Amino acid sequence: MTDIAANALQLDNLSVAYRVGRRDRAVLRDLSFTIARGEAYGLVGESGCGKSTVALSVVRYLPRNGKVASGTISLDGQDVMRLGPEALRRTRAERVAMVYQDPGKALNPSIRIGRQLTEVFELGGLSGQAATDRALAMLNRVRISDPAGVMQRYPHQLSGGMQQRVAIAMALAKDPSTLILDEPTTGLDATVEAEVLDLIAELRRGLSASILFISHNLAVVSRMCDRVGVLYAGILVEEGPTDVVFNDPRHPYTVALLRCLPRGDQRKDQGRLDTIPGYLPSIGATIKGCAFAERCALATDLCHTTPPPLHDLGGRLARCHYHERAQELPRATPARVEFAMPPAGQSEAVLRVDGLNKTYHGHGHALRAVKDLSLDLRRGQTLGLVGESGSGKTTFARLLLGLVSPDQGGHIELDGKALAPRLGDRTDAEIKALQIVFQNPDSALNRSHSIRHLLSRALKRLAGLRGRQLQDRLDELVRSVRLTERHLVVKPRQLSGGLKQRVAIARAFAGDPRIVVCDEPTSALDVSVQAAILNLLADLQSKQDASYIFISHDLAVVRYLSDRIAVLYLGRIMELGPSEEVFAGPHHPYTEALLSAAPSLDRRENTRIRLDGEIPSAANPPGGCVFHTRCPRKVGAICETTEPPLAEAQDGHGIRCHIPYAELARLQRAGAARPARETSLPAAHPALAER
Amino acid sequence: MGLSLISLFLLSVMVFIGGQVLPGNVGRAILGPLADQQAVDVLNESLGLNRPLLVQYGSWIWNFIQGDMGTSYVFRAPVSGFIVDALGNSLKLALVAFLMVVPVGILGGVVAALNVDRPLDRIISIGGLSMTVLPEFVTGIVLVLILGIWLGWLPISAAWPSDAGFFTQLYYLILPALPLFLSLFGYIARMTRSGMVEALDSDYTRTAVLKGLPWRTVVWRHVLRNALLPTITVVATQAGYLIGGLVVIETLFRYQGIGSLVYTAASGKDFPMLQAGVLTIGIVYTVATLVADILYSLLNPRIRLRADQ
Repeated sequence: MTDIAANALQLDNLSVAYRVGRRDRAVLRDLSFTIARGEAYGLVGESGCGKSTVALSVVRYLPRNGKVASGTISLDGQDVMRLGPEALRRTRAERVAMVYQDPGKALNPSIRIGRQLTEVFELGGLSGQAATDRALAMLNRVRISDPAGVMQRYPHQLSGGMQQRVAIAMALAKDPSTLILDEPTTGLDATVEAEVLDLIAELRRGLSASILFISHNLAVVSRMCDRVGVLYAGILVEEGPTDVVFNDPRHPYTVALLRCLPRGDQRKDQGRLDTIPGYLPSIGATIKGCAFAERCALATDLCHTTPPPLHDLGGRLARCHYHERAQELPRATPARVEFAMPPAGQSEAVLRVDGLNKTYHGHGHALRAVKDLSLDLRRGQTLGLVGESGSGKTTFARLLLGLVSPDQGGHIELDGKALAPRLGDRTDAEIKALQIVFQNPDSALNRSHSIRHLLSRALKRLAGLRGRQLQDRLDELVRSVRLTERHLVVKPRQLSGGLKQRVAIARAFAGDPRIVVCDEPTSALDVSVQAAILNLLADLQSKQDASYIFISHDLAVVRYLSDRIAVLYLGRIMELGPSEEVFAGPHHPYTEALLSAAPSLDRRENTRIRLDGEIPSAANPPGGCVFHTRCPRKVGAICETTEPPLAEAQDGHGIRCHIPYAELARLQRAGAARPARETSLPAAHPALAER
Repeated sequence: MGLSLISLFLLSVMVFIGGQVLPGNVGRAILGPLADQQAVDVLNESLGLNRPLLVQYGSWIWNFIQGDMGTSYVFRAPVSGFIVDALGNSLKLALVAFLMVVPVGILGGVVAALNVDRPLDRIISIGGLSMTVLPEFVTGIVLVLILGIWLGWLPISAAWPSDAGFFTQLYYLILPALPLFLSLFGYIARMTRSGMVEALDSDYTRTAVLKGLPWRTVVWRHVLRNALLPTITVVATQAGYLIGGLVVIETLFRYQGIGSLVYTAASGKDFPMLQAGVLTIGIVYTVATLVADILYSLLNPRIRLRADQ
């Protein structure tokens, strides 16, 4: 028993099934792994592979139709499945805690934060003032400003990052031996995500808790975890130290997953991203050989008939018959670019925006969502929009589309002609020239119509086609987004997220648009699907000479697709320039902070610029430079009194900062300049640092 | 608030116009077919019926606001006295029904939700639904037959002796309240159940359970308070119906509530009484809805504290 007790969490041959339609469908198949005391173990895989089911099994909170079919789960050597109700409650109260996605929903909306925290301490036997004191101390520990004030508030009065801090405080309040983090930063802004991850890393050092970290984001896992397990169709296909697995993967699935991610040096004009063909086996599917064989270019007859064993490769495991040549996996999508891009900066502007403002009025005060925004977009190019939530990205997109009216005075020009601010005043040609692809295709596609109906209607309305012509164009359109005939007869809900997004893209392209606004089009998708959609967008752009306004919080994705980038903060453009220059720097201090916050598999600096506090309210922006309240490079009083102009630093590269361009270059070459404001993280992966 | 005033105004206009377009000459209706035309004209004149409609409406509504609801054509007495008495009776009956159905309905919904998809849930849900679809006069008659006549436990008429005290009145009101109980129970239980099921499936309930709180605390502290929000709104809205919409029950049990008052007035072409009665019912509905909205925002911090943000 001693070896079991040495592990905080141990899963042995765990199989979990969900009962759907009178049949048990396997979700987890014979899953075994252990997490040692104090260790952080990452579990990665695409949606539907069973990651969250693992978490819910450990705390025994499976949905009603789910059950553990076989196997054991041990927490501190104690078999979770055998606990009686009271023992289970005590285990939850003392040993294991869980933090999950969407903290806004995880906190009770009608109970004050203080009460929700103190009840944890009351369970531990404290009462009254003692519990309150401990709750305050806990909030201090998760670095919430004004803990006493926060105690009195309701969850909806806190920002997403604060809510997640409170959830973490609640989880850590009982000093658990195992902490389960299920996508804890998904849905948070990059800067907030970075802060929450910092917090977790910092707390880890002060706590003995082992961590099970579940995420679809490989970069986040590589930053946070000692070891990682890769889950595919409920099967552990690879496991090992994080740096080893991510740098030297031995299972074709891991290899393929890593190749789907746009890396820093990849751009749309240089090559396409790799993708994974086919689909994840559906839940409960009978798997005869290797679960990944159907999608694996290396698979042989052996793979289709015999399940591979979990090969022990010395400190790491891989479930592949051909693990030694997994990295020879041929590409599923050739990197070759089929259509040459027009040379950057040479085409004429299709869109020119000048002095655009949008003020929302309500609750007695004015909120300037977009302030004095001027930019242009050239034919066949992509303008990436980045910035935290509340920076005005979506408002700008809505202004372009005519969904909201701008304030008096601004101009939008399409192909050199003034564009009416309101959708109702635009001509059909102008409407079809400006289309949008939304983040969530579910709500963008009418669920009661077939795909054929949806696309035919778009062709009729936008392109004015009828009869034979419409049929031909429909076939062409469907082929261009790589859907097939059989997808046409179904309704949106019968398609996966990626396929739905293809339909949404096809709809936007039905009228040969000049400009397509892509509002976070891939952020709800898995990486392999995201890669396919990005490839598709890049192909369509080069083939049809369309221009994109591409909004995303994922900087690697923006970088892959964009020719120029605008960095927004509180409705203002802080930096605007060619994509590579904005990324390479010298850049605006805000851009610098955003870049350093983004988790990446490539970047290994162990320092990060931390932004103090929350993004200020657009209803009451700071005077002077709006970024001065959080700026790590603030030079002095001038930042508080005078708003800097968007100074042209170089040809076509503007930065809104009082620090001269050359000085920024010098400062940023020297690295993060102020030790007081930066966080030192432990160099978690020495092996990688040597790379 | 403003909206409720507007809807009350619209209601008053409709009531007024309704009174105008109803067939029949008022003077003739009051005096009977044998009266001579001159007497009819004089009466119409004294009732102010030959003035312009706008003036008639204006003076009617102005008097109504001041508490003068006009004089009943039939009883030749101020309408307000009848309305106040009837409204009082209606409130008593509604209160009894309310006190019976709200706790039991909520309890039923909670029990059903805690046993979701098990036999107990099925019994409560299906039983409640079947009782809701039965019209009140059917359940009323069946109940009168069983409890009032065969078993003789309860008086079959709600008309209590004039010197009856509080408990006697209550005793007389149980049987009339029972059909209301049956028709509302399923409704309230179903609302509560769906609110509960949603709250039980929520992430915050999961958080509470995973904190290691005892199940009882989870349900009392975390689930109920969110689950009952929609139910409370529905219940408060139902108060309007319980007070003003009980014509059938009141007639069946010979009870002088506002429903039967309006019914009698309508059949006797007693327009001042009819108009005042309908408008009163409208006011009751509006107030009930308003109370529901206020309650909802008081109980829901997300609405209550929105202005702070």
